[in-house]
Amino acid sequence: MTEAEIIELIDSSLAEEFELDREDMVPSANLYTDLELDSLDTVDMVIVLEGAFEFKIREEEAVRAIRTLEDIHRFVITKIEQNN
Amino acid sequence: MAGQGLHRVAITGIGIVSCLGNDLETVGSALREGRSGLVVDPERQELGFRSPLTGQIKDFDPKILSRKQRKSMPDFAVWAYASARDALALAGLADSDIQNDQTGLLYGCDSSCMAAIEQVDALRLRGETKGIGSGQIFRSMTSTVTMNLNTLLKTKGACWSLSSACSSGGHALGQAADLIRLGRQERVICGGAQEINWQSMCSFDGLGAFSVQVDNPATACRPFDADRDGLVPSGGAATVVLERYDLAEQRGATILGEFLGYGFSSDGEQLSVPSADGLSRAMLSAIEQSGLDASEIDYLCAHATSTPAGDAAEAGNIRRVFGDKTPRISALKALTGHELWMSGAAQVVYTTIMAQQGFTAASHNFNSADEGTTGLNILQKTDPVPPGKVLCNSAGFGGTNSSLVISYC
Repeated sequence: MTEAEIIELIDSSLAEEFELDREDMVPSANLYTDLELDSLDTVDMVIVLEGAFEFKIREEEAVRAIRTLEDIHRFVITKIEQNN
Repeated sequence: MAGQGLHRVAITGIGIVSCLGNDLETVGSALREGRSGLVVDPERQELGFRSPLTGQIKDFDPKILSRKQRKSMPDFAVWAYASARDALALAGLADSDIQNDQTGLLYGCDSSCMAAIEQVDALRLRGETKGIGSGQIFRSMTSTVTMNLNTLLKTKGACWSLSSACSSGGHALGQAADLIRLGRQERVICGGAQEINWQSMCSFDGLGAFSVQVDNPATACRPFDADRDGLVPSGGAATVVLERYDLAEQRGATILGEFLGYGFSSDGEQLSVPSADGLSRAMLSAIEQSGLDASEIDYLCAHATSTPAGDAAEAGNIRRVFGDKTPRISALKALTGHELWMSGAAQVVYTTIMAQQGFTAASHNFNSADEGTTGLNILQKTDPVPPGKVLCNSAGFGGTNSSLVISYC
């Protein structure tokens, strides 16, 4: 899976789960102030990412540090690299 | 009667999602024409239910709310939102009128079964609690309706749910009216909501309390009739907007009715068999608070669910209050089935629809009384005379009773 494919899978999965407009999903978009997610949504974001990539997310501190869509991209790409 | 220092209470809005329809016109025509909302559920037959009969919500679009909004809501909370939205629109109340600390929410609700099942299934499947997702805790509580409506409507006053089995909706309206009468709230959006899934009904079915007249679902529920053999479970959501009468008048609202009295009582006897006098004590209390004489009540919307013991007990209680000259009586559960937690609120919505549309609905499927249900003036045909001074009864497991008096004239 290329980085572009990973990013597309992340964005499409989050767009479906949270009914987000793809035009708003620029890498710099802040999850909370721009995409209007809240702390409860991060619980479901973890489930969505685990389902899409078939891994388990144990890095709760790292998840809490995520602020932008790009942070998610980097988090997932790093995690896939580590698993490989 | 307002009483010294107490405020009068007006009904200014109603809304409903029921097995008879999802708007006031459709529900009104079903009541007038005697169109049943009851069906046979094939899944219940396959699962081994004693009775597969149920009410069914049709043609409801849950996408009136976003997926994120619905994540914390069971289906009946979405129905409650739809009925509240419609009731507020009818009342002519805008967001700016209700987003203040003088506007409250009070709904009757006594279960939320699906979330409890789904969260346990998710934990077992995923092996960790964070796999359950964020919505189930909010979906699983019996206060799910009021907590969700509060975040959607952004009211700032009273916000709680009331659980008293099948009188939950009746008590919710009564207590909402009391909050206004006492000057604690200027308006309360109140009602009842009831889930309809088989999962929430299987243990009730196991008690043998449901009708097994499956050949014709439309005639299975037979309140007060000698051939009644049990209730038909149903559900939905009903909302009534109650307002301080003077404030409703000041803003030029159309007043649909006046809420005159709320009486409550409990039996203090058995779990599932109503007492000989419990409901009559609630009726007498409501009539006393209303300032009316019992003889002025011209229509009684009965609780009667079509169980042999329950209908006979209500009939006896009605005779205790009205003697041998009862008001016109109908039991709408013949068409709707038993809407359980919602039913006490739904009765007020149905009765208000009748008053607005100019008729009183018949008590369908009643052919003849038995010894227990004799002596009642049961309406067997739709009456072109609408309800004027009305008494609405509801009663719940454990023997908790609610009676409401409303004036439409």
